[in-house]
Amino acid sequence: MIRVQAMPFDAGGELNRFAAEVDGAGAVVSFTGVVRDVAGGLEAMEIEHYPAMTEKALGAIRAQAVQRWDLADALVIHRFGRLEPGEGIMMVATAARHRRDAFEAAEFLMDYLKSRAPFWKKEITRDGAAWVASKADDEAALGRW
Amino acid sequence: MSEQSLNVLYFAWVRERIGLPVEDVTTSAATVADLVEELRGREERYAAAFADTSALRVALDQELAEFDAPLAGVREVAFFPPMTGG
Repeated sequence: MIRVQAMPFDAGGELNRFAAEVDGAGAVVSFTGVVRDVAGGLEAMEIEHYPAMTEKALGAIRAQAVQRWDLADALVIHRFGRLEPGEGIMMVATAARHRRDAFEAAEFLMDYLKSRAPFWKKEITRDGAAWVASKADDEAALGRW
Repeated sequence: MSEQSLNVLYFAWVRERIGLPVEDVTTSAATVADLVEELRGREERYAAAFADTSALRVALDQELAEFDAPLAGVREVAFFPPMTGG
């Protein structure tokens, strides 16, 4: 399942529901990304996206993961709009018979969400606002898949 | 090549620099690069936004594409910086 939303999500509740709905999966892995105030002074994170492309891109990334690993299911939730430090930005969960598939697919989803899903983050600090630059490491991370 | 009407979208700092999120562009540009050249020639704000296309990404009808991709049959073109999801 893919969900793109402005509303906050309850990562624990989502994970429990996801795990309850997959039959015969012995391994469930999840990752939650949280807004963090690294340098100090972060007031909010504003996430812009390209609505017509977002679900399409996320769906394609999820479909690749499902095709490549032996997954029972995969969940992707990604938020947009204004988020405060400590709020969840996104989560992925994967369910598989074996843990290696669940872990690897979750990492693959994360790597692709970072640089192939049409979201852009802007940090709002006391001193002003700045777009978050993409990292060469994030692009390089795709190379291992 | 004949003229076509494109829905052109801008996101993140590209949107801010150009000053609008979307516009209709009627063009005879054959490729994305031709369209960029045409937009650059319009006004300073476009020239600034498209100064370095290696800092930009483009999607054609919501699929990532290259700057040498042809525009024939395309309805929507989006320009944006590298994505920072996750």
